[in-house]
Amino acid sequence: MNGASPLLEAEGIVKEFGLRRSRIEMLHGTLPGHRAVDDVSFNLDRGEILGIAGGSGSGKTTLARCLNRLVEPDEGSIRLDGVDVRAARGNELRELRRRMQMVFQDPYASLNPRMSVGSALHEAGRVHQRPGSEDREGFVSGLLDRVHLPASVATRRPRELSGGQRQRVAVARALAVGPEVLIADEAVSALDVSIQTQLLNLFLDLRDELGVAIIFIAHQLAVIAEVADRVAIMHQGRIVETGPTADAFHSPQDPYTVTLLAAHPQP
Amino acid sequence: MSTSEAATRPLGAVARPGRRARSRPATPVIVGAVIVGLLALAALLAPLIAPYDPNEVDFLHTSESPSWSHLMGTDDAGRDVFSRSLYGLRLDLAIVLFVTYVPLPIGVLLGSIAGSFGRGVDSVMARVADVMLAFPFFVLVIAIIAITGPGLKGVLIGVPIAGWALYFRLARSEMLVLREQPFMLATTGLGYSRTRAILRHAVPNLWRTALIYSTLDMVVNLLLLASLGYLGLGAQPPDAELGSIIAGGQPYLLSAWWIATLPGLLLVAYGVGVGLIGDGLSDGRLRSASA
Amino acid sequence: MSAEGAPLLQVRGLRVEFGTEDEPLVAVHDVGLTVRRGEFVGLVGESGSGKSLTCRSALRLVRPPGRITRGEISFDGRDVMAMSQEELRSLRAREVGMIFQDPFSSLNPVFRVGEQLAETLRLNAVMPKRQARIEATELLDHVGIPDPDRRYLSYPHELSGGMRQRVMIAIAIAAKPRLLIADEPTTALDVTTQAQILELLARLRQEHDMAVLLVSHDFGVIAQVCDRLAVMYGGYVLETGMVRTLYTRPEHPYTRALLESVPSLESAGSAQRRAAIPGQPPELTETLPGCVFAPRCAHARPECRTISMALEPVGPDHETACPIRPFAAEYAGGEAPSPTVPERAS
Repeated sequence: MNGASPLLEAEGIVKEFGLRRSRIEMLHGTLPGHRAVDDVSFNLDRGEILGIAGGSGSGKTTLARCLNRLVEPDEGSIRLDGVDVRAARGNELRELRRRMQMVFQDPYASLNPRMSVGSALHEAGRVHQRPGSEDREGFVSGLLDRVHLPASVATRRPRELSGGQRQRVAVARALAVGPEVLIADEAVSALDVSIQTQLLNLFLDLRDELGVAIIFIAHQLAVIAEVADRVAIMHQGRIVETGPTADAFHSPQDPYTVTLLAAHPQP
Repeated sequence: MSTSEAATRPLGAVARPGRRARSRPATPVIVGAVIVGLLALAALLAPLIAPYDPNEVDFLHTSESPSWSHLMGTDDAGRDVFSRSLYGLRLDLAIVLFVTYVPLPIGVLLGSIAGSFGRGVDSVMARVADVMLAFPFFVLVIAIIAITGPGLKGVLIGVPIAGWALYFRLARSEMLVLREQPFMLATTGLGYSRTRAILRHAVPNLWRTALIYSTLDMVVNLLLLASLGYLGLGAQPPDAELGSIIAGGQPYLLSAWWIATLPGLLLVAYGVGVGLIGDGLSDGRLRSASA
Repeated sequence: MSAEGAPLLQVRGLRVEFGTEDEPLVAVHDVGLTVRRGEFVGLVGESGSGKSLTCRSALRLVRPPGRITRGEISFDGRDVMAMSQEELRSLRAREVGMIFQDPFSSLNPVFRVGEQLAETLRLNAVMPKRQARIEATELLDHVGIPDPDRRYLSYPHELSGGMRQRVMIAIAIAAKPRLLIADEPTTALDVTTQAQILELLARLRQEHDMAVLLVSHDFGVIAQVCDRLAVMYGGYVLETGMVRTLYTRPEHPYTRALLESVPSLESAGSAQRRAAIPGQPPELTETLPGCVFAPRCAHARPECRTISMALEPVGPDHETACPIRPFAAEYAGGEAPSPTVPERAS
């Protein structure tokens, strides 16, 4: 892209599950763990949409959660704008997390069912003392507008909204704290096709209008094809192919990529 | 209709297509609420509606069977059983409310904290709760009363100490599940403090189960209270308390059955009423959870 | 491949309601569907389209508070609505198989999968346990489960999603049904596994001359295996026809818009955005006059508010509920129609 340094750099990320210091382990020797993320490295440039594709068990969700340390990686380094994420503590960590917001897959579980939309959005702004958050109504309706939802949604509870609307609220909540990176973890996978396309366009809008970089995780290659500039294909914890989306999909190098492409139902 | 309006039309109670609308009124809850409501009202208004002073003895009219002047008859000291029952109910309900709803928030809060932290903190707290729960509830309360001495003070201290562990466990296990929910993970991602995550996000989703359980707990506690009274460990004479009234009427079961039986029926009515409410609450939750 | 044949499953005028009798919420309005012997029919629709309810209605598997208030359902000429519980049970056990989206919740977690399969076999035909086990193992092999002897002893949680779905399919076809109803069988699965399961269904259909009714929200899935398809939206069928026809010449604006909004690998590297259908599908509580899709339709006109949703033929084995037919000229070699501005309601 441009000559500037990448916004997010991940290097040598390893996350292993099953390493437990248990009596059983001591009796039988170390239990071999299962590497959900096995030495993964990638970069994310400013204003870029990077797709991460892979089937279930590929480690893509675990990788995403390592980036903001929802899950603590065992090895590797993560740098946001040069700052070491893994070494951060307390307020520094909070600030780094603020800059990398996640949107989850399940629209029915990603919002607090007991909180109105407006409360949830306002809370996010208040906790981080975002500019404009003193004016609750203005702040909330600005966010809702940004995700193309009417201001009347602010008084609703999540259960009164459809899946697509909830996801928009989830995006709005992420935007409320002013992130530079959005991590969309299968954010459209649970939605109907026509709503999915609406959300995809929303992500593209956010990149164009706000300049946020997006890590877009999905298992459907077609969805990645619609939004991602570059793509990284994951398989069993490793990145097996990476490159501009068109190149990766038209002339795949790795056999797994080929399999994945072939399996895609084509009319 | 414009497309944007269609997108934003308020959805009302039936949000997702296919979700069932509630077609039947919640009859058990209403019946239960009515029963409990009447009892509570009677207890509240006891000073106003009790025909006699509960402790007023009248040795000219001992052990009289129920009549219009004494709705539930009189006991061996000539005291009006109905008035005593009303005052007894009043005392019992007040105590039950206290001993049920003091441990509830404590247990829920501690359980949420334990579930949220996990590991060491959780281990310690959970083991303490396990120890409390390992003792039979009743035995534990009596042990505490043995320290404090018989009387209401012992009950008010003993039952919450024994009772918090159940709410702790309920809240803790729900918390262990809840903390994996995306909206809880989001609170970490959003940089919210743990305090905020627990108090503002987790607890509002946890306390309902505890509330449903507390209806059962209230029945148990009332019976516990009455049992303690019966044993002479709870409310002390001459205080009117349902358990002690029943105990006092026991020797006369064959001759003056009304002394023990009629107050006992009040206990039964109370148990049925609270049970119906609890059933109805949990049924409603199950129905909406499965939609 | 007997695509011509007597209708095996015929549904006409199906209406499924929720809510109270005074204020019914209609989830399926006047739906008709036909599946012929050996045919592979797809039912496509998004959430709220009523597709799941429709296929469950075929076996009268609609649970209260949902109820079938109208409709003729016949299987092989027999009236399903008039069947007794016994006859229904026999129908569901022997003649129509059904598989669902989440195999995990359809399999009993505390029993071995082989045993569950064997149990089904023994419920349908008298046979000694040993024989049931042999047949069950063969069936597992038949649906493509490797090492079936060992897998017989597995518990559901020990199997992958794809394997569990294969077990479900095995259970469903154990009695050699003539119709298999598959309600979103691949939605919970990996893309690669999805392809395998679809292949399996296609193969079984050939080998057993079995008709399949496949319900899905995924056009790609339908296109891969189905001969004919019906498109549902808001409780109505909007268009039916041969798969190829609907893909190349969809007559209903919804079908076309839906096809156009499906993400495609071809978009890789393209800066152009895909057009999304604005708004969202109608809620159960909304009753709209006229065409149910009109509020979101780019080609809607005032008269759309008064049309009935009846299907009219527009070609050989091709019916649509849109009388406007905005694309007819385009397909006949004319120009593409220009979308009208969506009607603004007062």
